[in-house]
Amino acid sequence: MAIDIGAAEVSYLEHRGVHRGIASWVLSTDHKRIGILYLTSLLSFFAVGVLIGILMRLELIAPGETLVSARVYNSMFTLHGMIMIFLFIIPGIPAAFGNFFLPILIGAKDVAFPRLNLLSWWVYVAGATLAVLSLFSGGGAPDTGWTFYAPYSLRTGTNVTLAVFAAFVLGFSSILTGINFVTTIHRLRAPGMSWFRLPLFVWSLYATAWVQVLATPILALTLMLVMLERIVGLGLFDAARGGDPLLYQHLFWIYSHPAVYIMILPAMGVVSEIIPTFSRQKIFGYKAIAFSSLAIAFVGYLVWGHHMYTSGMSDTARWVFSLLTFLVAVPSGIKVFNWVATLYKGAIDLAPPLLYTLSFIFLFMIGGFTGLISGALATNLHIHDTAFVVGHFHYVMFGGTGFMLFAALLYWFPKMFGRMVPARPMWLAWLLMFIGFNALYFPMLILGWMGMPRRYYDYLPRFQPLNVVSTAGSWVLALGLAVFFVTLWRARRHGEIAPANPWGGSTLEWQIASPPPVENFERIPVIERGPYEYGEIPPVE
Amino acid sequence: MSDAALGAVAREHEHHDATGAKIGMWLFLFTEFLLFGGLFLLYAVYRTKFPADFHFAATTLDVRLGTVNTAILLTSSLTMVLSVAAHERDNRKLSTAFLALTMLLGLAFLVNKYFEWSTKIDHGLFPGAAELATHAPGEKLFYGLYYAMTGLHGLHVLIGIAVMAFVLPVAARRPRRRVRLGTQSASRLALTAEAGGELWAETPEDAVDEIEVSFLYEHNEELAKRDRIVVENTGLYWHLVDIVWIFLFPLFYLIT
Ligand code: HEM
Repeated sequence: MAIDIGAAEVSYLEHRGVHRGIASWVLSTDHKRIGILYLTSLLSFFAVGVLIGILMRLELIAPGETLVSARVYNSMFTLHGMIMIFLFIIPGIPAAFGNFFLPILIGAKDVAFPRLNLLSWWVYVAGATLAVLSLFSGGGAPDTGWTFYAPYSLRTGTNVTLAVFAAFVLGFSSILTGINFVTTIHRLRAPGMSWFRLPLFVWSLYATAWVQVLATPILALTLMLVMLERIVGLGLFDAARGGDPLLYQHLFWIYSHPAVYIMILPAMGVVSEIIPTFSRQKIFGYKAIAFSSLAIAFVGYLVWGHHMYTSGMSDTARWVFSLLTFLVAVPSGIKVFNWVATLYKGAIDLAPPLLYTLSFIFLFMIGGFTGLISGALATNLHIHDTAFVVGHFHYVMFGGTGFMLFAALLYWFPKMFGRMVPARPMWLAWLLMFIGFNALYFPMLILGWMGMPRRYYDYLPRFQPLNVVSTAGSWVLALGLAVFFVTLWRARRHGEIAPANPWGGSTLEWQIASPPPVENFERIPVIERGPYEYGEIPPVE
Repeated sequence: MSDAALGAVAREHEHHDATGAKIGMWLFLFTEFLLFGGLFLLYAVYRTKFPADFHFAATTLDVRLGTVNTAILLTSSLTMVLSVAAHERDNRKLSTAFLALTMLLGLAFLVNKYFEWSTKIDHGLFPGAAELATHAPGEKLFYGLYYAMTGLHGLHVLIGIAVMAFVLPVAARRPRRRVRLGTQSASRLALTAEAGGELWAETPEDAVDEIEVSFLYEHNEELAKRDRIVVENTGLYWHLVDIVWIFLFPLFYLIT
């Protein structure tokens, strides 16, 4: 029987496997389909989260009860935080783009454990379903904030138990992905794909996957204890029974601070892919960038205490945590300088992916600098639990990871769906989002500095002008998001057909067809050069 | 047979990587250690805070029961190792027997634990009990930790037993797989593995008048290796359960 390679050339989108219809997606073990599953699910949750965010901003347009009661507002920020953190940004880039591109970038046909991969998506969906259920059952939507701090989370009558269980389940999904990626990167690199020929996105996924594996179990345990406290009253975090609520905070942040790096590292990896491609320059300081990912992952593990400066810790602990926090700025700075050095004297093509990437650098820098203010002991006392912190982490998570997720979408969309995205609407979307974003969050930085606390539905009348600006910003931002996603949605069907390598990229995903064939590579490629050698690749018009 | 089907069969093979499976298992074990690690951390903190209460509360635990359980678990680790070793030497019967024995020992451990817990509960020593409420705070924490840690450990024993129940047939089977090509309806062709599971199916649009079948003979050794990894990984998991207990035992029963 002649082996006709032709059959293998069918794109993963057209391939007819064992299953039909929707089952061909939700039961597929193809890493590319799983990537798309994740992408669609997390963008749907993002939409819900944004909607709640906008409603919160609407409530804050004037002092007093404008739209919702205090209780509802409390549930709203809890829900918004839970959705954005656990359902959107933590799975985010690794689960969507990592799944889709990791095997392709290292020259493999799939991840190490394809079925586990599918399971992780199902677990994610199960966790999300539980989170939704927690809204409508028991004592109503949780109102503790996404951090579930004891002792309030042990006392409140709202449905914290189920919500915490949902987060627990979501943690498992994250662990599975982490285990899968570490094993994949160790075992499935194509011949010749040595560690220092790995694209930097892969390095960042590698660091992230380790954090997922090593930090998430602590969260699982902590949340499990909260459940047990609520159900049987163990007393470990309950001062009335001799326990210590502070320990909850420690355990919580031992996970949740590294989780911040689960969010940002992959975004930095995408930056390191986009910048060389659009400046047609070999990346500057490859090893420095690769190792700084590992350094961030490692040091990030030791800084959890900076969330607790005002909670009650010894002075020694506080300055040690503060020092370590400043240390994280070093590898982050290394990355930024190397990116800028890569752009220097490059043949820069300011296509939408690069535009979004550059705005990432700008917004992330604001996020980083406000992070230093929050990380310093003296200033922290002033801004702790104020709107300043809310502004800061939106700059990092939304301006940082969120914008990079958009950039990754623009960069890889032609590969994933085989269609080009029109550039003009994306410029418009960028303009709206960039203006809206800064109008929304910069006033929060000022408000927090002036003393407006976070997590209140109400505020003093003197804070109103800036709050109005902020709320108006949320509308502009929402408009930008709408333009962005409507354009993408239309491009999926009506965009120009994408060539294999629309951007002149030199990493492996651009060497195969768009959209990729089912098996990625007919034959496993042999790698003979680094990831960013543009010499051989003709520039694109 | 179409190439897609060959692809399906070949695909299953490619992804099987014994070392990869091992790495995955070890990573998973790391996560388990960390899970317990959080509890050990709490134990350390509270023990330092209430040394006298912990000391006193520990004397109420039954050292004999604890020792018996330690012996049971250690023996079960031995039988587990023997099961893995027997499987390596292709003695499937012996391997299965030792695996079953391990399961029984695991069950014995749980039965013992059940009696231990129920005596404690009878004495009103459980979180929320009126009796315990009158004790010192450190004792309450001791019992809180006792139930949380031995409970989580017991859950792992239970999961281990369940996993072994699934692995028993794997350890017992000869490493061979048969596939069958057939039609389920007038127009549908399918290739199924004997053990169940469709490898490939096709609904040809045009009438089929000729089917070419080519057989792939599976290398026995490779399949054997696959099963062996499953048995070995089960063993690794069981040792984890054992090791955790090795720490729990002195912390709760011996330091009095
Ligand atoms: C249009 C988009 C968004 C709007 C209008 C928005 C608005 C808000 C507002 C007003 C608050 C805080 C309220 C308070 O403390 O009183 C908040 C909290 C929060 N937001 Fe957003 N946000 C948006 C997008 C995002 C994104 C993309 C993320 C994460 C990736 C995010 C993560 C969070 C988190 C974690 C909190 C803290 C919740 C808590 O206090 O428990 N938000 N957001």
